[in-house]
Amino acid sequence: MTTTARPKASFRHRLLRLAETVTTPLLPADYLDLVAPLRAGAPLRGRIVAVRPETRDAATVVIQPGRGWRGHLPGQYVRLGVDVDGVRQWRAYSVTSVPGGADRLITVTVKAIPDGKVSNHLVRRIRPGTIVQLDQAQGDFVLPAATPERVLFVTAGSGITPVMAMLRAGLTARADVVLVHSAPSRDDVIFGAELRALAATGALRLVERHTDTEGLLGVHELADLVPDHAERQTWACGPIGLLDAVERHWADRGVAERLHTERFRPTVISPGEGGTVTFTGAGVTVEADGGTPLLDAGEEAGVLMPSGCRMGICFGCVVPLRQGAVRDLRNGDLTTAVPGDGVLVQTCVSAAAGTCDIEI
Amino acid sequence: MTAIQKKAVNPIAHLSAEDIEILGKELDAIRDRVIADRGERDARYIRRLIKTQRTLEMSSRAVLLFSLFPPAWIVGTAGLTVAKILDNMEIGHNVLHGQWDWMRDPKIHSTTWEWDHVSPAAQWKQSHNELHHRYTNVLGKDNDLGYGIMRVDEDQPWSPGHLGQPFYNLLNACFFEYGIAAYDLELGQNLRDGGHKKPEFRARARAVGRKIRRQVLKDYVVHPLLSGPSFLSTLAATFTANLIRNLWSHSVIMCGHFPSGVETFEKTSIEGETRGEWYLRQMLGSANISGSRLLHIMTGNLSYQIEHHLFPDLPSNRYQEIAPQVRALFDRYGLKYTTGPLPKQVASAWWKVIRLSLPNRKSKAPKPVAPAPLVSAGA
Repeated sequence: MTTTARPKASFRHRLLRLAETVTTPLLPADYLDLVAPLRAGAPLRGRIVAVRPETRDAATVVIQPGRGWRGHLPGQYVRLGVDVDGVRQWRAYSVTSVPGGADRLITVTVKAIPDGKVSNHLVRRIRPGTIVQLDQAQGDFVLPAATPERVLFVTAGSGITPVMAMLRAGLTARADVVLVHSAPSRDDVIFGAELRALAATGALRLVERHTDTEGLLGVHELADLVPDHAERQTWACGPIGLLDAVERHWADRGVAERLHTERFRPTVISPGEGGTVTFTGAGVTVEADGGTPLLDAGEEAGVLMPSGCRMGICFGCVVPLRQGAVRDLRNGDLTTAVPGDGVLVQTCVSAAAGTCDIEI
Repeated sequence: MTAIQKKAVNPIAHLSAEDIEILGKELDAIRDRVIADRGERDARYIRRLIKTQRTLEMSSRAVLLFSLFPPAWIVGTAGLTVAKILDNMEIGHNVLHGQWDWMRDPKIHSTTWEWDHVSPAAQWKQSHNELHHRYTNVLGKDNDLGYGIMRVDEDQPWSPGHLGQPFYNLLNACFFEYGIAAYDLELGQNLRDGGHKKPEFRARARAVGRKIRRQVLKDYVVHPLLSGPSFLSTLAATFTANLIRNLWSHSVIMCGHFPSGVETFEKTSIEGETRGEWYLRQMLGSANISGSRLLHIMTGNLSYQIEHHLFPDLPSNRYQEIAPQVRALFDRYGLKYTTGPLPKQVASAWWKVIRLSLPNRKSKAPKPVAPAPLVSAGA
């Protein structure tokens, strides 16, 4: 009853206010974070529980999410904020565990890509006990409420990961499933043993493509491999080249609505010299050359920019770079961002290095 | 060209414009090397320090709940004092400089940080980072030179009001955080020219008022009340902790720019200043404190004031690592690296405050010898 619940809530609220008067200028949460980073009400975080190797360059990371974790649907991804070399980096990974496991643990499976800062860190260096930042699961690469009778998955490399969550959640019991999966070799197939075991029981038809020996899968080959592929609800996940080819193929047959694809990197940033700068809050867009600080470009366009020393010292001009690329005029270093990264840049010493959106 | 005017000997007369630019390049290289190497070790340092500070602050305040018992009072007061000093110096000052912004952790960032100090972080950042660090030791521009109330350079005109400056300085030291808040508001200037009636000033003054209210409520009302029968002794403890923190930070900051050997500059000398000349002004306008690792942490590494002024946005734990390289540059370019132990530097700064409370006397000191021109500065 609300009448009995209210005094309790108000007491808690008053206790919190009292705690705030003692912890100011910090919040009680700043102290609680030291002892209970995963508690309810804290910003969502997770603790690394274990890292299990899958192939020579992929591993499954087991994470205990904070109390605020609201769960996921098979096929969704989670954004992880991982400190690599002291710098917080955010990346999205498909959740590979079954929703609602009794232990409340989730897993993501990561393939280390060459020069991949975060993927290599997660696969090879991160230690159990480490705290990482989390976002709630998101993404619409999921099965519809009414399971289709016939399903096709076309995946390559780590593209198997969102599909694995669907398979583990019992999809094969409800639908006729074909999986066409590409990997360089038999040993490189992530979850190879588990998939082959499923196929052996007849729950799943598995078509493995080992591209080192058999070459890349041509989308035209699907006609022979899966004759009824155009009639199946299809989910595809893999490199951009594969997804582009699949999308064209399905569109050409007029069945694009049966195809669902997942891309982790929708925007490819190609840094250049100068570019179009949009100040999103002010709604102003300007062309800036590679030698003009964003601060000057914004001010010349009449944007109310925060500013300070104008020489890179005081950090009075720092604003979020929503997406795009900027170059540090002092040393030529590039900073790139995609939405959600929360990268802050010093506008007085940064110039556009391609199209960029500045949140001001 | 940086010119130090009205001095018997110009300490940079032996440097050509080219020497100064090469010096600038060498300092840039030191900075670039630190940035290339900056990483997990540094992140671990600041996180561990913040954790230590918070643990120390809360446990000291818990001990002070029983401050009626003298041992609890002593332990709690000492712990709280150290916690406040760490908060202001090695953590707050440096986070607000943006030294840790590269970690992209929104919880340890110059735009989100707030400190245990009556001056709101945003206002302090403006006056400290934009004015003091940009116009270091420029007479009439850098208000840190005597905080607008004292005469700390022979070139500042003397007036009878300066006779009382040793006393003002002591008063300022005891209530230093309030002095800083007034200084960040440019209170004196605004009162003189009517700026205090402007809405912008009033908004800032209200922000300071809110911050003072919260700080006072915490230290002098809520914490003593929570101590119950120990009310008065806890009140004495928090007052003592604030007092010692103020005296400490005042001493450290005086050592940064006041001791003898530190140069000041004319307003006209910084017109069209190059990067190399800016560096040179920082080198000549700052002084270090020598001592143990603990001393460096307790001063917020402002004991490496020279390195801090050259590279205000490098993580503070790196200053002592680059100090030998910086010092080698001073030697090579024939410049004076001013440093000394804390008591000596504090005494030197205080002596200046006392000496300059009186009008200038004719110098009896022998004329210092100018350094010889550099033969191969860049070599």
